[in-house]
Amino acid sequence: MSGELAPAETALVPPVPGVAKPDSILVAESVRRAFGGLVAVAVDHVEVQRGQITALIGPNGAGKTTLFNLLTGFDRPDAGTWRFDGFDLAGQPPHKVARRGMVRTFQLTKSLARLSVIENMRLGATKQRGERMWAAPWVFPWSTQEREITERADALLERFRLAHMRDGFAGNLSGGQRKLLEMARALMTEPSLIMLDEPMAGVNPVLKQSLLEHILQLKAEGRTVLFVEHDMDMVHEISDWVLVMAEGQLIAEGTSHQISGNEEVIDAYLGAHHDVDIGAMSDTEAIRKLGLDEEQVSDAVEHLAEAHHDDTGEREASGA
Amino acid sequence: MNWELIFWNAIYTAINAGAAAMCIVAVGLNVHAGYTGLLNFGQAGFAAVGAYAFAIPIANYDWAWYYAIPVVMAASVGLSCLLGLPTLRLRTDYLAIVTIASAEIIRLFANSTRFTWLTGGSDGKQGWTGFFLDLNPWPNGGRYRLGAQVFDGYRLFMLVVGWSLVIIVSLLVWALMRSPWGRVLKSIREDEDAARALGKNVVAFKMQSLVLGGLIGSFGGLMLSAQTQSATPGQYATNLTFFAFTIIILGGLSRVKGPIIGTMIFLFVIQIVDNVLSQATRNDKIPGWMATTSNYSQVKFIVAGLILAALVVFRPQGIFGDRREQVFDVR
Repeated sequence: MSGELAPAETALVPPVPGVAKPDSILVAESVRRAFGGLVAVAVDHVEVQRGQITALIGPNGAGKTTLFNLLTGFDRPDAGTWRFDGFDLAGQPPHKVARRGMVRTFQLTKSLARLSVIENMRLGATKQRGERMWAAPWVFPWSTQEREITERADALLERFRLAHMRDGFAGNLSGGQRKLLEMARALMTEPSLIMLDEPMAGVNPVLKQSLLEHILQLKAEGRTVLFVEHDMDMVHEISDWVLVMAEGQLIAEGTSHQISGNEEVIDAYLGAHHDVDIGAMSDTEAIRKLGLDEEQVSDAVEHLAEAHHDDTGEREASGA
Repeated sequence: MNWELIFWNAIYTAINAGAAAMCIVAVGLNVHAGYTGLLNFGQAGFAAVGAYAFAIPIANYDWAWYYAIPVVMAASVGLSCLLGLPTLRLRTDYLAIVTIASAEIIRLFANSTRFTWLTGGSDGKQGWTGFFLDLNPWPNGGRYRLGAQVFDGYRLFMLVVGWSLVIIVSLLVWALMRSPWGRVLKSIREDEDAARALGKNVVAFKMQSLVLGGLIGSFGGLMLSAQTQSATPGQYATNLTFFAFTIIILGGLSRVKGPIIGTMIFLFVIQIVDNVLSQATRNDKIPGWMATTSNYSQVKFIVAGLILAALVVFRPQGIFGDRREQVFDVR
């Protein structure tokens, strides 16, 4: 690890799954999580570069959200370790992960509906003296801090264009506004790594553009962003680095240009041979195109036909 | 029919010492269910623990009342830990199951013949309210009037003590819930994963809420038995918990004034229906198929239930609730 390298120097990092980065904020090692027989996550090694926007993509069921849940303590892994900013965070509960500066948002937004927008924001601040039960009933131990928190919250609401909703219930916000509120609320914790789970899901195109700008601004502030996304335009537009998961594994990584030409990634999304229209070819041609051995295939077909014949024959016999 | 007595008796029931005690129990439950979203179906258990933990040291071991108070607090906190530690990490449904069962265990224990020497059994535990009688600045046998309703000096004293306690715990809850601590509890009610993701130790906050609401409920139970001068298992049946739920929903969940007005409306409705039916059946004003002198006390709950249901239908947010809160889809 050599901290003197500028973030942009990941351009020199070879696009190989599990490659080491010049200055990683998050390093995960052999993280594994199985639900019964289904291995949801089995990542050997992955690193996230500090100060960059890293996208985590992959088809549905690739294990992206499960990996998020594991890293932030919302789910427990069967095996694996990970270090965030030098701290071993494996097995730590979510609130301790968040206090370390690794804060997440959720795919389905969790706005606190019956609290006002400003109260949602204030909640995000950490190390609040007024959150201690014995200090809470008296106002003086926390009033000054509360004023500071409110100022910070108001500034963020202004930046995320939610100031006009300040005193309304968070439950009255639109879906897109809730995404903004959740992101702003997460910023109240002053995170060094912010993990966004599908920030663009269900957001209209106008708001999408402003969300993009907000994410770029996070990077400008020196924060690291890791986000899960299905919207490839967005991934291309803002991400410095892309991690690709499929069937629980990290199958590729690189810049978005390197990824878009990657054979394995295309296969993972569309299935191998997605560009082959077998129905429009002769049998031999299709077999050759799929890279199969002609003799083997014809043997198998013959075998199947025989088995089918035997089967129907037997059924007819027993029926008579 | 004596309409004057029907009315004044119902008014008295809505504000007497029993009402104050019920209100304190409901304030505690409001901390759990209203502010934190903890489904505690065993508030009667906390109340019973409060009454018996106070009565037993005084009646059996001649302790002074000011030494018995810490026993009440310790027993209540102990019950919170017993219920909370295994269940608060799980979904709230588990807490509901465990609390309703434990409240019944406590009541049945108090009711059992085997431990009559300790709990007084089904006859109730007496002989521990002497200091209340001594402290009373009014003559205990004195006669006081509220309209047509007459009551004695002891009940007047308990009424004053009870509502003073209501004011104290309500102020405490108000002070706590406007603070950042209260904000965390409300956020747990809305979505505990969101609170976790923002660095809040949700289990610790839930535990604190359980202890606080339980303590308040225990002092409510103490007052409930003190005003009758006897702690009986029947006072702590499950219907105490559900009356408390009705009270806080009626008054408005997570509102400081909710339990106070809720208690008054709830008890007034129950008692006025009771009084009307009682007099009407005795004077043959009501056909026998509707209610008789022997079954009117069951019928009263049907009628009162309908009235309360109507109140909730027309004002689902409760008296002090905010209607806008009702429209959100909260799980």
